[in-house]
Amino acid sequence: MSLLLLIVQTLNGLQFGVLLFLIAAGLTLVFGVMDFINLAHGVQYMLGAYFAVMFYALTGSFVLALLLALGASLVFGLALEFTIFRKLYERDHLEQVIATFGIILFLNEGVKVAFGASPLSLPVPEALSGSVVLMPGLLYPVWRIVIIAAGLAVAAILYVLVGWTRVGMLVRAGASNARMVSALGVDIRRLFMLVFGFGTMLAGFAGIMIAPLLSVQPGMGDTVLILAFVVIVIGGIGSIRGAFIAALLIGLVDTLGRSFAVDILRLVMAPSPARTVGPAIASMLIYLLMALVLYVRPAGLFPAKGRG
Amino acid sequence: MSPTALQTEAAARAPAWRGRLLPFVLFGLLAVAPPLAGQGGGYVLTLLEQVMIFAIAALGLDLIVGFGGLVSFGHAAFIGLGAYAAGILAFHGLGDTALALPAAILLSASFAAATGLICLRTRGVYFIMITLAFGQMAFFTASSLAPYGGDDGLTLRMRSPVFGFDLFGNERIFYYATFVAALGIYLFCRAAIASRFGRVLRGAKENPTRMTALGYEVFRYQLAAYVISGAIGGVAGFFIANATNFVSPAYMSWQRSGELIVMLVLGGIGTLDGAVLGAAAYILLSEYLSQLTEHWAMIFGPLLVAVVMFARGGLIGAFRRIGWRA
Repeated sequence: MSLLLLIVQTLNGLQFGVLLFLIAAGLTLVFGVMDFINLAHGVQYMLGAYFAVMFYALTGSFVLALLLALGASLVFGLALEFTIFRKLYERDHLEQVIATFGIILFLNEGVKVAFGASPLSLPVPEALSGSVVLMPGLLYPVWRIVIIAAGLAVAAILYVLVGWTRVGMLVRAGASNARMVSALGVDIRRLFMLVFGFGTMLAGFAGIMIAPLLSVQPGMGDTVLILAFVVIVIGGIGSIRGAFIAALLIGLVDTLGRSFAVDILRLVMAPSPARTVGPAIASMLIYLLMALVLYVRPAGLFPAKGRG
Repeated sequence: MSPTALQTEAAARAPAWRGRLLPFVLFGLLAVAPPLAGQGGGYVLTLLEQVMIFAIAALGLDLIVGFGGLVSFGHAAFIGLGAYAAGILAFHGLGDTALALPAAILLSASFAAATGLICLRTRGVYFIMITLAFGQMAFFTASSLAPYGGDDGLTLRMRSPVFGFDLFGNERIFYYATFVAALGIYLFCRAAIASRFGRVLRGAKENPTRMTALGYEVFRYQLAAYVISGAIGGVAGFFIANATNFVSPAYMSWQRSGELIVMLVLGGIGTLDGAVLGAAAYILLSEYLSQLTEHWAMIFGPLLVAVVMFARGGLIGAFRRIGWRA
């Protein structure tokens, strides 16, 4: 366990956390404002990545692919909202779960039909493909730094949007009491649609940004979806600030746990059991963390005012 | 006299069992399936065993979701624990049903008791997520059990003997053992719901504050229901380990928990009949569609959406609307 490795893994954890934030931000808003459990949010992330691959193949330019994929994610999300989700807001959570689960099934299979079952890849843009020397002996890929920077930038934009604009005020009010907001004369449907479209675009953005690092394949959104739910529950549903802190926490805990669990366990047990138990404990860490947080604070770290 | 008045009067005069036709049909069909399937019907029996095993688990889930209002998203863990109890005992040569079945029930029930104490502090969505957390912990614990196959799972050499006799080796006997378990648990759940315990549980779902004001310790009733539900999951686990001769962490994955919820919603929540119907519909339909096309999920997914949009209350709700007194 060297200092260098620790720094690299911390940066990786940060990058993972930022990615989770991009996905969780939309999820927590949709959930907080509309009280709508959208399992299909993870599929939006997957679609973002697929759109990017598709548009890159068409245009050959990463920037164009990014912009087109963002637009496509937004349009697709709004289309889903308009045709299906709109009719589900009034239903109970379980019905929302099964309907959006059906959409996951359909779209996971749909991309298999459209793009094939084998994983696709997206090259890192030429100018950002190298590594930089952060300190003597420490090379770090530029693209990961770009992801971290982009995520932090989105967090800053969201902070301003939600905290300091009129729309943001309505969103916060909606998360506390959507009915009251509606009664005060705000067109809640339009607000819902806006929040929803923005949320799906962020999830799509996360998929586009991560596509050069991961293989793009059907079902890639499913694991991320569960992690995003963990994030919003730890952070407190409806809270962007909570989602941000929880996402970084989960990203760091998960990444550092996976790289150092075996080494740490070796301090207290024999090497061979440490090697088998270590990975299991590492995978469990975030769930342990969630159970602990919910035990101490049953409504998450930063519950939206007036909720839970 | 108008037709509706006629119907109402007929219903009023009909004996009580007429109102509950569906369970008779469901269990009746399951009972006569083996002779109908004939000698070469091994495939049909295996499929229907799956249906009954998942029906058992879904019944247990319905007890807490449908009647207690507690949506557990980690229910597959109980199935997995039951399966592992049977599998690990068999691995050590102690796989007799007389030992393995109680062990499966006990293990799942204890896990439910321990986690329930913590989970039941939370409500609503937070309850869903904390049960998921414990489900995932069980999943990763199972995948770290290197002596018992870890990620790859554990293959059982034979089905659990019954007091030393290899009865379950006979497919039909095993089929009917599963059938008896499913029917027994269905009747048990019916009785539990109708009992005072069940009424308190349902009351706590509607209005926990009022039940507390009436002097009931809601938490205890909910915990008891959660433990019973977990124990029933353990029974399902014992049977699934025997049906497949295989135990693996995949039994505990969150996707499995999700599938159980889907079965329940598909059939109709809070009816018990819906749990059985939903398990049958889910398994048989996905099996049928997967034989039609490799891309069966593209049909099954929209079907689920359609059920939610157009058939509120699941299949049971749809039956009721067309005039069945299911």
